[in-house]
Amino acid sequence: MSEPVMKPIWYFVGLILVIMGALIMLTGIYHIIYPPEVKKIMGDIHPDIWWGAIMTAFGLTMYLKTRKQSS
Amino acid sequence: MQAIGLAPIDWIIIVIYFGFVLGIGFYLRKFTTSHNDFFLAGRKNSSWVAGLAFLSANLGALELLGMTGNTFKYGMYVAHFYWIGAIPAMLFLGVYMMPFYYSSKINSVPGYLKLRFDEKTRVLNGIAFAIMTLLVSGINLYAMALVLHTFLGWNWDISMWASAITVAVYVSMSGLMSAIFTEIVQFFLIWFGLFLVSILGVIEFGSLGAIIARINEFSTQVSFTTLWSTSSDPMRNGMFVNWGGIVLGLGFVLSFGYWTTDFLVVQRAFSAKDLRAARMTPILASFFKMALPFIVILAGLIAIALSRDPNSGFKLLQDGGVTNYDSALPLLIARYYPAGLVGLGVTALLAGFMAGQAGNVSAFNTVWTYDIYKSVLNKNASDAHLLWMGRASTIVGVVLSLITAYWAKSFPSIMDYMQAIFSWVNAPLFATMLLGMFFWWITPNGAFWGLVSGMVSSFVMYLAVKFQWFSQSIITMSKVQSDMAANFWRAWWAWVICAVVTILVSFVTKKRAKEELVGLVKGLTQEKHDQHLPFIKRPEFYALISLAVLIALNILFW
Repeated sequence: MSEPVMKPIWYFVGLILVIMGALIMLTGIYHIIYPPEVKKIMGDIHPDIWWGAIMTAFGLTMYLKTRKQSS
Repeated sequence: MQAIGLAPIDWIIIVIYFGFVLGIGFYLRKFTTSHNDFFLAGRKNSSWVAGLAFLSANLGALELLGMTGNTFKYGMYVAHFYWIGAIPAMLFLGVYMMPFYYSSKINSVPGYLKLRFDEKTRVLNGIAFAIMTLLVSGINLYAMALVLHTFLGWNWDISMWASAITVAVYVSMSGLMSAIFTEIVQFFLIWFGLFLVSILGVIEFGSLGAIIARINEFSTQVSFTTLWSTSSDPMRNGMFVNWGGIVLGLGFVLSFGYWTTDFLVVQRAFSAKDLRAARMTPILASFFKMALPFIVILAGLIAIALSRDPNSGFKLLQDGGVTNYDSALPLLIARYYPAGLVGLGVTALLAGFMAGQAGNVSAFNTVWTYDIYKSVLNKNASDAHLLWMGRASTIVGVVLSLITAYWAKSFPSIMDYMQAIFSWVNAPLFATMLLGMFFWWITPNGAFWGLVSGMVSSFVMYLAVKFQWFSQSIITMSKVQSDMAANFWRAWWAWVICAVVTILVSFVTKKRAKEELVGLVKGLTQEKHDQHLPFIKRPEFYALISLAVLIALNILFW
């Protein structure tokens, strides 16, 4: 039986950033369609959409580069 | 106090984080089969993994909430904690001290004291470090519960116990390995979760210059926006400290005492796969440490600028009539972040506190198991028994942290006690380490009595000022009263007392033979590290770049 191979930490970092980034970005898009009752100070520039997109892209890059690697 | 309030999406993000760190703990358990895996993460980490963990272990409650709040209180002088108060010490650790630590194959910093001096010095430091670690761990736990309770309206006891149980579960499953994994996840969450506050603050004002100009409009006598230009006169800067206190107390003793001897951070470098990776660990971390003020200091400056504008609607919380400086960062999150991002911001804070606590608990279980239990109580313990003891002491450490957290709840100021604890333990230990590593003739008795004198004198100085047995100005050599200046100067005097007693006792007590100290003391040890590498791949090259960036930043914000 072969030894279990440990995934590198970057794989887990990528995974959590993709999940959280995508959720934040989708929430931002939802709020454009259904604007919230209370608007935030910088709400007009939609930080949730572009920041969520940056997180997702960064996380996806890490995830894809490390998913087949071992620690 | 008001609660920020969370939308369902924020709760989902927080739950994902808690589930994720517990999942990592379960996943890593099958790879943790020996005591070496549990206490030193198998000694197989790259310098990037060890370096980010090295930095993240220090990114606890004080670094995030405390330093943003302190910037609001003291101004840009708080950046000294990140620059002169950290970088030279981290580079010194990587370039000069790490070869002695790493090459001697020790499991802990007290373990070095045993090899260099004797058992009693090791046990003394082991006990002092264990107590200090539990106090700091408890304060992290308390700060985490404070955020959950104050800003989210959670029950105080439930939030503290939930966080403690999570940390106990994942650290007891795979020790340093899971602590390091979650510390690195935390590092990225902090940058993504909190840096946006600074970006949005700068966008709101138009530029960094506009923020500084707004602060200076209202502060003509005392500067909140400079680093050194007002340090000749304590009355002209927000921290009420002169350059001597910054350089000697913070830049030399407190900084070197923490970054080169505190096992909490040094343990991460011990997990590196080879000596070069271990030397690169603090050097790589220094670049990220220098960048942190762009999260915490900049956020603090944005909070000052907003608070000076009555139309901004920004005001720190009041707690029983006293300004709660620690509320600055959470209030900025509430001001700028929409639903979803609030969950990320809160998760970043929680991740910081949990990783800070996990770091303390994993350092505690190592020092307890190796330097107290195996050294004094059970010298013949097997590897399997030590692994069991590591897991058991993790649970006990978390329970003791809970007790110290309840104790911390009764303190008026966390920062005051944290700096006091560091000046009691780390400042004198740095004198012992420095003398022991660089001078072969320092004796075991000299080190022991020097350490005792330094720790006791620092504690007595603290009590003397607190209970007004004598004036603070005797320690600070300044007529201006400042707790922070007192912390800096007390650390300096504790270091001096420890060094002087160590040297004097060493003159009259028995020295160890030089042959016994090979590999432990400079001058008796082969020191050609990484000579086969081209200069641009050596740790010294990266240390020089880091030093150049440090100098540039200090000139830029002079």
